[in-house]
Amino acid sequence: MNNIIRGRVWKFGHDIDTDIIAPAIYLNKYLSPKESALHAMEPIDPDFSKKVKPGDIIVAGENFGCGSSREEAAVNLKALELGAVIASSFGRIFYRNCINVGLPALYCPDLTAKVNEGDHLEIDLQKGLIQNLTTEENFTAEPMPEIIMSILACGGLEGYLQKGSGISNT
Amino acid sequence: MKIVEKILARASGKEKVIPGEIVECKVDVVMTNDRSGVRMMDRFNSLGIDRMPDPDRLVVIFDHDVPPKAIASANKQKELREFIKKHQVKHYYPMGAGVCHQVLPEKGHVWPGSLVVGTDSHTVTGGAFGALATGVGHLEAAGVLAKGTTWFRVPETIRIVIDGKLSGPVMAKDIILLILQRLGTKVALYKAIEFTGEAVDAMSLDGRMAIANMSVELGAKCGLFAVDQKTFDFLDGRVNRPFTPVVSDPDEIWEETYHFNVDALEPLVACPHNLENVQPVAQVGGLEIHQAAIGTCTGGRLEDMRMAARILHGRRVHPDVRMIITPGSAEIYHQCLEEGIIHTFHQAGAIIHWPGCGICAAGISPVLGVGERCISAQNRNFKGRLGDGTSEIFVASPATVAASAVKGQIADPREFY
Repeated sequence: MNNIIRGRVWKFGHDIDTDIIAPAIYLNKYLSPKESALHAMEPIDPDFSKKVKPGDIIVAGENFGCGSSREEAAVNLKALELGAVIASSFGRIFYRNCINVGLPALYCPDLTAKVNEGDHLEIDLQKGLIQNLTTEENFTAEPMPEIIMSILACGGLEGYLQKGSGISNT
Repeated sequence: MKIVEKILARASGKEKVIPGEIVECKVDVVMTNDRSGVRMMDRFNSLGIDRMPDPDRLVVIFDHDVPPKAIASANKQKELREFIKKHQVKHYYPMGAGVCHQVLPEKGHVWPGSLVVGTDSHTVTGGAFGALATGVGHLEAAGVLAKGTTWFRVPETIRIVIDGKLSGPVMAKDIILLILQRLGTKVALYKAIEFTGEAVDAMSLDGRMAIANMSVELGAKCGLFAVDQKTFDFLDGRVNRPFTPVVSDPDEIWEETYHFNVDALEPLVACPHNLENVQPVAQVGGLEIHQAAIGTCTGGRLEDMRMAARILHGRRVHPDVRMIITPGSAEIYHQCLEEGIIHTFHQAGAIIHWPGCGICAAGISPVLGVGERCISAQNRNFKGRLGDGTSEIFVASPATVAASAVKGQIADPREFY
């Protein structure tokens, strides 16, 4: 995992649900992550997947990823190679899914109001620092628990489990 | 300690846990369905484990894309059935058994004090039985099957006290819509909820399940009900293992307590596209609808079917409305047949859909066209969930859906009761 993330901001409001991030109508097609990601945010921004670049960062309001447990939502954003997702708060299953697929998800309630679409951010994951390079303002994300840092350090839960952190036969 | 703390303490082998603490817990049950089960299987396979250590922990219920409509679903479901055979998973319920959140308690796979994870956000339904039941992603479920445990942050608990008495066709569903109206969709983010009060005491397990089911729409990790005689009566003959119910200690201090009184509650509707957007039926009455649906993991229980039948009896569904009714499980379907409820639905001109997620989980569901409106007993009204991005979903009780189907517009069930 890269500790320093730099990217351009894509801004979203409150209550962006999983039907927006991964529309249900594609789920029974079992698309590959790359194919599925083409539909990310489709109900509100059909061109999102074309516009976004690797390393870009989503900044959203409250309850980002609320709704379904579908891992496709986190997988879509990971497949678009986003650098991180920052929100004032997250739907809890989506949040865990982000960590599990190796996509850093940070809480920073102060940031949303003070960032504009297109701004450039630099995130220091280890320190939890977020710098708005465009406005030169600094923010602190809520610290991530050790378990989450460990999972992210392994690139996600699969790597974490395979690293010997406890797949057992009991 | 509170219910959720006692369950997490037991599952992590600790005397005591406190909110905010992170604990590694042994999981009692992993529940999955056909759609997310396929993804979970792929994740499990990629972990490279030959034999699932404890296949009895896993419950697989085919309910989403059944029967498969897409060729991809048919292919992947075949693979999933082979996976089930290979790992000798004995708790497998093929299509037709019903919606996973209904089948799980019916077949005794959730019990008071248990820790259940499921690859579906409405796994929280199990909270009606005093279980900590919550949704996880595919990879996490695969990890639990591989390892037996996963980590939890011990949540704070808020208490929602519901007093008063429901009247006429006002249902438990209207109570959860009232709570959403007043407290919004973020009140319980990362938290547990305990529901209590005289209306809860009087409520059937069907009603409690409807409320627990939608606790996730309040943001909650789980929505819990303390066990009582009704819980034991429901579980009698279903759970064939010993269990120790847990209740919160009487001197607990709650993160927050909210009081509701439902004496004068009227039927409510969550309007598009956010569940906070709840209005009294009177406010939106008269809006034309094109589809009316009763069923799903929220509104497909026997009590819901009986209520719908009472309203539809001797009446006809409006010709401009397609009405679809899905009994929540094979058991409920059977009881509906016995009681003549299916006959009533048929006479009213409703279409009976097989038990499963059909009317709410896009892919197999009937879809909505441009600008079409659906009123449904389901739990979510998110934009585009059932079809075209311009279509609209109104979430209401089975009583309100039935009344609206007859009238062809959003209608107050008290007119038909």
